[in-house]
Formats: sequence, C-alpha cells, structure tokens
Amino acid sequence: MFSILAMRSLWRTIGRGALRDIALVCLADALVGASFGAIAVSGGLPPQAPVAMSLLVFAGGAQFAALGVVLAGGGPLAAVASGLVLNARLLPFGFAVADAPGGRLAARLAGAHLITDEVVAFVLARHGTRARRVTFWTCGLALFASWNLAVAGGALAGGAVGGIGDVGALGLDAAFPAVLLALALPALRERATRRAALYGAAAALAATPLLPAGLPVLLSLGGLALPGARPADGGDPA
Amino acid sequence: MPLLAIAVLAAGTYAFRLAGPLLRSRMELPGRLRRLLPAATAVLLTALAATAALTEGGGFAGWARPAGVLAAGILVLRRAPFPAVVVAAAAVTAALRLCGVP
Repeated sequence: MFSILAMRSLWRTIGRGALRDIALVCLADALVGASFGAIAVSGGLPPQAPVAMSLLVFAGGAQFAALGVVLAGGGPLAAVASGLVLNARLLPFGFAVADAPGGRLAARLAGAHLITDEVVAFVLARHGTRARRVTFWTCGLALFASWNLAVAGGALAGGAVGGIGDVGALGLDAAFPAVLLALALPALRERATRRAALYGAAAALAATPLLPAGLPVLLSLGGLALPGARPADGGDPA
Repeated sequence: MPLLAIAVLAAGTYAFRLAGPLLRSRMELPGRLRRLLPAATAVLLTALAATAALTEGGGFAGWARPAGVLAAGILVLRRAPFPAVVVAAAAVTAALRLCGVP
C-alpha cells in the first residue's frame, strides 16, 4: 500500500512520459551491458572482471575502452589511461547536475557514483529542484541496477558460447566495434567534433602497426588540436 | 585486466564525478574545458571503433569484420534498435566468412 502511494507520487513528480523514457533507456543500456559482459568473457577474462568493473567504474564507454585495449593486447596502464580520458567528461557533467543528488554530504557522496550521460540528459530536461532530485535518483538507481544485472548475465552467457573459433565463425568480433560506433555516432553530429574524430581515427590506424597496443587510440586525441576541429572553433553544428 | 587497474580506473572516475557535487559552491569550470572534454570522448570512441574494426594484432583484420561494422553504422544512422545493430554486425561478418572472405 505504502509503495503504491510512493509510486503514485513518483508518477506525478516525474511524469508518465519520462518514466517510460527512463525504462526504455534502462532496457537499451542493459543490452549494451550484456554485450560488454559477453565480449569480456569470450575474450578470455574471468567473469568477475567485467562484473567488478561495472559495479566500481559504472561507465559503459570507459569500460568498453579499457576492455578494447586489453583485448588488443595492450597493458593495464594504457587501458586505465583510455578509460580515464573517456570519463573526464564526467567532470563537467558533475558540475552540470551538482545540485541534483541533494544537499547532504552522504547524498552527494553516493549520488556522485550514479552520474552518467543518461542521468545528466534526463535531469537537465527537468525544471525545479524536487523534480530534478527525484529524476536523478530514479534514473540513476534504475540504470545502476539494470546495467550491473545485465553485465553479470552477459558474462554468464559469454562463458557458455566459449571457444575463440566460435567467436570468429559467428562474427562476434564485429559486435565490439559496432557497439563502440553506436556509442560514438550521436556525438559526431557536430562538425568540429566529427572532424577531430576523423583525423584522430586516421592517426590511430596509421600508428597501429608501429606503436604498442593501446597507445594509437590515445594518439587520436591529437585530432582535437587540429585547425577546424577544436570544439571552441566549431560554433556551427552541421 | 588486473584488479588494481580496475581499482585505479574506478577511483579516477569517481573523482571526476564527485568534483561537481562537492565543489560547485566554491568554483566553476572554464568554458573551454567544458566543451573539450565531451568532444574528447567522441574522438576516443571513434578511434577505438576504427582500430577494433580494421586491425588485429597490429595488422589488417580482413574485410569481413569492417563490412559488418559498416552495416551496423548504417543501421545506427537509420535509428535502428540497438540489438538489430549488433546482430547485423555479427551476421554480415559471419555470412562473408562463410563465403570465404577473410
């Protein structure tokens, strides 16, 4: 009874449309998470590695980045570096939604771990302190639960598929870059970012036969310094 | 992926997240940095996708895998649901390999 009342109040504060959107995003992220767990385990990692990473890092892009470096034969240092560069965007995001978790220190300490691209998008779309707070916690906790359950499920399923031979014959090695591309493409609508990404990808590809695994991808960040590719120059979204 | 590497990545990530909620009342982030960091994310993800699609052990990975990834990219641009994107990538690659494409 109490939970029905709580649910009804949640319904009114967030709105039916936003709750449905949050559920859909949870579902989409669960599919990404399941593929993360499966790809990590079929690439030879023990199942506890993707599960621990998802609980502690809780950032899909960085998890895939670090995993990609490891699967390509790179060292842990390069894996951590690419994950951290990816997650540096959480710094401005954290400032953008700083008030959403609530005023108490415990709320800020716990809430900080739930900051993701998706939560930021949902919170910034709401107006009013209370609506933002409820949206932040609802979306954050729902994503945390669905992401981690999905990664664990994917890790179990990945163990069932097994041998490397199967992975090649089933084309599963194409799934990983496909997921990365799906994560990157929406951000490439802006012209300056798209240019920087193309320069960076070309540099990374050219450097791959020459440098140890993991470093070519970090080299791609140089694309951001080239003329016409600096985010500050490209005021015109194309 | 050693546990220490996961712990370092987790600690750094948490620090990035916590700075805003903890320091907001005392400081603000410069506008240049605010724009640069999300762009860096997109650049890194694109480079990762390109190298993972085209290379294997420092050399060319063969045509089947990039063809599958290209099909996935087209589906993403057409706003296909995520499972369809991943299945298409694997299916195109597997079908090409079945026909003898490396």
